[in-house]
Amino acid sequence: MATSSNNSPALLDIAEVSKSFGSVAVLRSVSLQVAKGEVVTIIGPSGSGKTTLLRCVNFLESYDSGSIRIDGKEVGFRPGPARNSGTRQRRSERDLAAMRAETGMVFQSFNLFPHLTAAGNIMLGLTKVRRKSSSEARSIAEHWLGRVGLAHKADSLPAELSGGQQQRVGIARAVAMEPKILLLDEITSALDPELVGEVLAVVKSLAEDGMTMVMVTHEMAFARDASSRIVFMADGGVSAVGPPKEILAAETTNERLRTFLARFRASHF
Amino acid sequence: MGYTLNFNLIWRHFDKLWGGLLLSLELAVISIAIGIVIGLVLAVWYVSAGRVVRAIIAAYVEFIRNVPLILLVYLVFYGVPTVIDLAYSAPTSFVLTLSVYSGAYLVEVFRSGLEAVPRGQLDAGKAIGLTPWQRLIHVRLPTMLRITLPALSNTFISLFKDTSIASVISVPELTYGAQWINFNTFRIVEVYLVTTAMYLVTGYTLLFALRLVERRFRTAR
Amino acid sequence: MLSQILYALPFLAEGFAVTLWVSLLVVVLSLVAGVLLGVGLVYGPAPLRWVVRIFSDTIRGIPILVLMFFVYYGLPAVGVHLQSFWAAVLALTLFKTAQVVEYVRGAVASIPKGQSEAAMAIGLTFRQRLTSVIFPQAFRRFLPPWINGVTDAVKGSALVSLLGITDLMQAINQVIGRTYEAMPLYILGALIYFAVNYALSYASRRLEQRFAFIRD
Repeated sequence: MATSSNNSPALLDIAEVSKSFGSVAVLRSVSLQVAKGEVVTIIGPSGSGKTTLLRCVNFLESYDSGSIRIDGKEVGFRPGPARNSGTRQRRSERDLAAMRAETGMVFQSFNLFPHLTAAGNIMLGLTKVRRKSSSEARSIAEHWLGRVGLAHKADSLPAELSGGQQQRVGIARAVAMEPKILLLDEITSALDPELVGEVLAVVKSLAEDGMTMVMVTHEMAFARDASSRIVFMADGGVSAVGPPKEILAAETTNERLRTFLARFRASHF
Repeated sequence: MGYTLNFNLIWRHFDKLWGGLLLSLELAVISIAIGIVIGLVLAVWYVSAGRVVRAIIAAYVEFIRNVPLILLVYLVFYGVPTVIDLAYSAPTSFVLTLSVYSGAYLVEVFRSGLEAVPRGQLDAGKAIGLTPWQRLIHVRLPTMLRITLPALSNTFISLFKDTSIASVISVPELTYGAQWINFNTFRIVEVYLVTTAMYLVTGYTLLFALRLVERRFRTAR
Repeated sequence: MLSQILYALPFLAEGFAVTLWVSLLVVVLSLVAGVLLGVGLVYGPAPLRWVVRIFSDTIRGIPILVLMFFVYYGLPAVGVHLQSFWAAVLALTLFKTAQVVEYVRGAVASIPKGQSEAAMAIGLTFRQRLTSVIFPQAFRRFLPPWINGVTDAVKGSALVSLLGITDLMQAINQVIGRTYEAMPLYILGALIYFAVNYALSYASRRLEQRFAFIRD
């Protein structure tokens, strides 16, 4: 599965990625490896670059230097060494679309297509990108809607669903494409507190199935219980990374983490 | 295309265009001034009136908005004097028409503006003991005017363009001046190029100026 | 008086048919041109965007009447000969096209960025994103203002009377020229225009309600 030329076992390999908006550096040489089946949660104060990093993984945003590989394949730029000028070549629109189909993304604001039903949202990528027949796509959509507990809502429009239900459709839409890795960007932040649980339960069950996930979240309890590793980001860089227990213990040595967690506890518990 | 541009004759008769432009502006300014009064009075009346008055005001608005302006211009200039014993000049007739016309559009603008004034402001007005009339004058209208200023500017610019219709009853505004030069010199392309430029420059200058005024209002308060 | 008007009705009906024909031509032609240019304005390369922007701002900045005279009198001067009917249709179409361009731009701009991103995330190509995600949504936002704007085409068509085309407006003027019944005929004409346009704006309101779900 992994290319032989690549000696890293990581499914996702982020290496020294930097990005700035004008004079503001949002990512400072970020490196992170995620192995197959891992659940990595990224925490950190707002403005720390968590969401930007996630959006670089499926190249919704470009980055200035470094590389991001999935399964050994560079995501946004053409393979091979940089041309003589040193500038990298962006992949073609078609290539990018094909690369993005290998990653799934769930958004904070759901971003369901309002003109399509729940099943229609899931079927769009299956028919247009995976080239499946619409009857096959329909049965896949129904399967995943069943998995997220919404089998009975297949023909409802997004506007007819609650926020939690919409987000579960958003998750089904992403996983139905059978992505190698699932990116979750603060997927519970726009939800009323009582709806958070149903969405996290779905994520947890996917994790138990071995889905590789990278998740930006503010749900600290969830990060502690469900993730294999926690990444703490601050000021555009990785400040601490490790298994949940280690990270929470690192509070004693990492002052930024201590401040973050203290502020977090003050506002959430 | 063997047409060579020659603007000499246009400049010789430029007073027709320049005078026309000034008259166009004058027609637009007077009409919107009257239109604002009509619009304000009817809008304030509408939001506090019963069903019958509302229906009558709505009928006026809908009628004017769904009939071509040129027909209204003919109706007022050629039609009305045949049933009412009243004599008025073409410019007066046109101003009358355009005022009633803009009034109908402005009723809508002001009505939605009045409804967009946040409830909390009116409650605050009540809380400090203002009478209904004081609340209207000091709270509702000033806020509403600020909300509606952009729509008001747009209405004025489009009224300025609509004054070209006055040429059909021989009011010597800009389009009429262009037609006059067209028929008397046959420098057709030139005269319409110059006329078009005059409408564009005036229209966009007005738009720019009005946007500045809007910004001033927004920051000053 | 009534008999004179009744006598004139077939003639007015013919004029009314011309009004509808002009309006229909203008609406259809401007729809095609406006959608193409509008998409060019949003997604086209920079030079095309500039051309469309200048076209739209210029056309919308001058009175329709001036545009019509310019086309009608100006084209023959540069060697292009069009029947007055087609010159009028061309001028009105240019004007309406500029409006349609703005409706298209507004409709596409109103689709949240997240829609494009979600479509990208599942691997749709640029063209697929437009046809499957952006356009179906933009269409629903384009429709109500566009139908509302159809009334502008009907009202604007009355200006063709000034080029000697016997539309409803011109027919009314001609009947008045024979009968001197100015007031009743203008009112009759106004009511006909009103009926057509009111029906159109009623239809647009119905459509708006029908597609209201999109505004969640």
